[in-house]
Amino acid sequence: MKMEGEVRIPSGCAIAAVISKAGNRMSGRMITEAMKPMHDRSNGLGGGFAGYGIYPNYQDFYALHFFFDERATRKSCEAFLKERFEIVQSEIIPTRKIPAITDEPIIWRYFVTPFPSILASMQLDEKEFVARTVMKINTEMKGAYVFSSGKNMGTFKAVGFPEDVGVFYRLEEYEGYSWTAHGRYPTNTPGWWGGAHPFTLLDYSVVHNGEISSYDANRRFIEMFGYQCTLQTDTEVITYIMDYLLRVQGLTLGEAASVIAAPFWSTIEGKQDIQDKQKHIYLRTLFSSLLVTGPFSIVLGFRGGLMALNDRLKLRSMVVGEKGDTVFIASEEAAIRTMEPDAENIWAPAGGEPVIIRVKDGAY
Amino acid sequence: MTIDAKNAHYKTVNDQLRQAEEDCTIVGCCGQRFIGTGMSHKNITIEGVPGNALGAYLNGASITVKANAQDAVGDTMNEGKIVIYGNAGDAAGYAMRGGKIYVRGNAGYRAGIHMKAYQDKVPVMVIGGVAGSFLGEYQAGGIIIVLGLAAGGKQIVGNFPCTGMHGGKLFLRGRCEGIRFPSQVTAKDATEEELCEIKPYLSEYCALFGYAEPEVMHGPFVVVTPDSKNPYKQMYVAN
Repeated sequence: MKMEGEVRIPSGCAIAAVISKAGNRMSGRMITEAMKPMHDRSNGLGGGFAGYGIYPNYQDFYALHFFFDERATRKSCEAFLKERFEIVQSEIIPTRKIPAITDEPIIWRYFVTPFPSILASMQLDEKEFVARTVMKINTEMKGAYVFSSGKNMGTFKAVGFPEDVGVFYRLEEYEGYSWTAHGRYPTNTPGWWGGAHPFTLLDYSVVHNGEISSYDANRRFIEMFGYQCTLQTDTEVITYIMDYLLRVQGLTLGEAASVIAAPFWSTIEGKQDIQDKQKHIYLRTLFSSLLVTGPFSIVLGFRGGLMALNDRLKLRSMVVGEKGDTVFIASEEAAIRTMEPDAENIWAPAGGEPVIIRVKDGAY
Repeated sequence: MTIDAKNAHYKTVNDQLRQAEEDCTIVGCCGQRFIGTGMSHKNITIEGVPGNALGAYLNGASITVKANAQDAVGDTMNEGKIVIYGNAGDAAGYAMRGGKIYVRGNAGYRAGIHMKAYQDKVPVMVIGGVAGSFLGEYQAGGIIIVLGLAAGGKQIVGNFPCTGMHGGKLFLRGRCEGIRFPSQVTAKDATEEELCEIKPYLSEYCALFGYAEPEVMHGPFVVVTPDSKNPYKQMYVAN
């Protein structure tokens, strides 16, 4: 099979998300159903979901989700993990055999915590250590791919239509306070299990509809900071950019949005609020290489919340609606109506206008 | 005739529409695309949210949507009428070349992009609320009217309206202070003559959605037109 980057497939995509601001747990059934009316936005070459709050019994452990090509790879990878982490649980991720999903790799998960002695000797904090380990496995260990590495969250993805992927992974058996979903229609690259969305690192996950023109410029910049873009899939770079801006640089979500979907200079020039204007000039100047151009609508998942964002020209559709304390986001209103027929305040955020929804403190 | 669209694929819905001899009501609509594509006759009423490209290439039929519509309403429509009681998504009236679109509420980005006109074919789109950025982008003909009703403090149009405009007219109800237009277009107060030209469309809007005509006609109205027949001369090539 030709891998990502070796072939171009011209193509749309579908995204959807739901979050309970009260932290109420919702099964994965609703988000799976949401993808059905948007079926034609995907072509069966990738579907995936991220759920937050789904592993309450292991909430203090990193949940590493793996694809392995064969048993021997899993065994050698496990030996590697055992040198670095305490593994409290190791199990196959339960799936359901359905005709729509075939050729699955070995799909495994480990709940782990890094050995304190290793962290001390490497002088790294826990998250940095886990991120580096994920990068190491994905670049150096042939046939092994970590596709989820956060705490109390997990990504589930496959080649297939998203509504089938949800059934395959038995998402109705999980309960989370937020979910994101993606239906893939690959542009540029072939569909394979690792290339499906969401793309995740630590607690951050990204689902993306669009095509990034600035991919190579963004990649060259972010690779200077230890991130390795191994998939030649544009969404991957957004995940690492968000991790870099939020975790490493300590920017707020709104500031990170202003970096990747920066307003035009003419728009900044016209700003009346001087402080706001200067902040935008600062962010555009300092992180000019992280401006993401080309069409995108994304939902960033993180611990305790979601952020939806369109590119500054709004070249992709995205609508937001709510009902009570639950907020819905999707490429199409039809998906929101499927989740909640009586959703209210349906609106379309402007290009570059981040929509940030948080679960109230203590509820996640 | 009533067509139940619940869990039906768009092809099934459209097949039923085409086979029907009489006017149709589609119930339970949820995201089915291309409804009424190319249809010449019939009145179609939709309950629920229709999918993208509603009434694309519409050729004389009349479509009424009781809810919001998604993206690309009336893409390249040629004749007929589309009435939306809620809001329209992005790119409403995309490359429209005839017929009328009435949106009670707001329109998303790029409403009326590349609208055009030829002889007696003059498309008209009336947006009752506010419009997103890039309104009337590359407009080449036809009439776009934005009323700014129930704007709730929002600006009547987003950024970069009329970018690349080279034909047609765009009317905005309000003073339009603080709105930046490109240098190739002229925005000025609409004349009595120009207001007479759009009065029938405003009357129809009011009749459809129950607004009082004097209130809606009460301006001021700003009209935007391109500066000359070829405002982009030598911008890209010497022609």
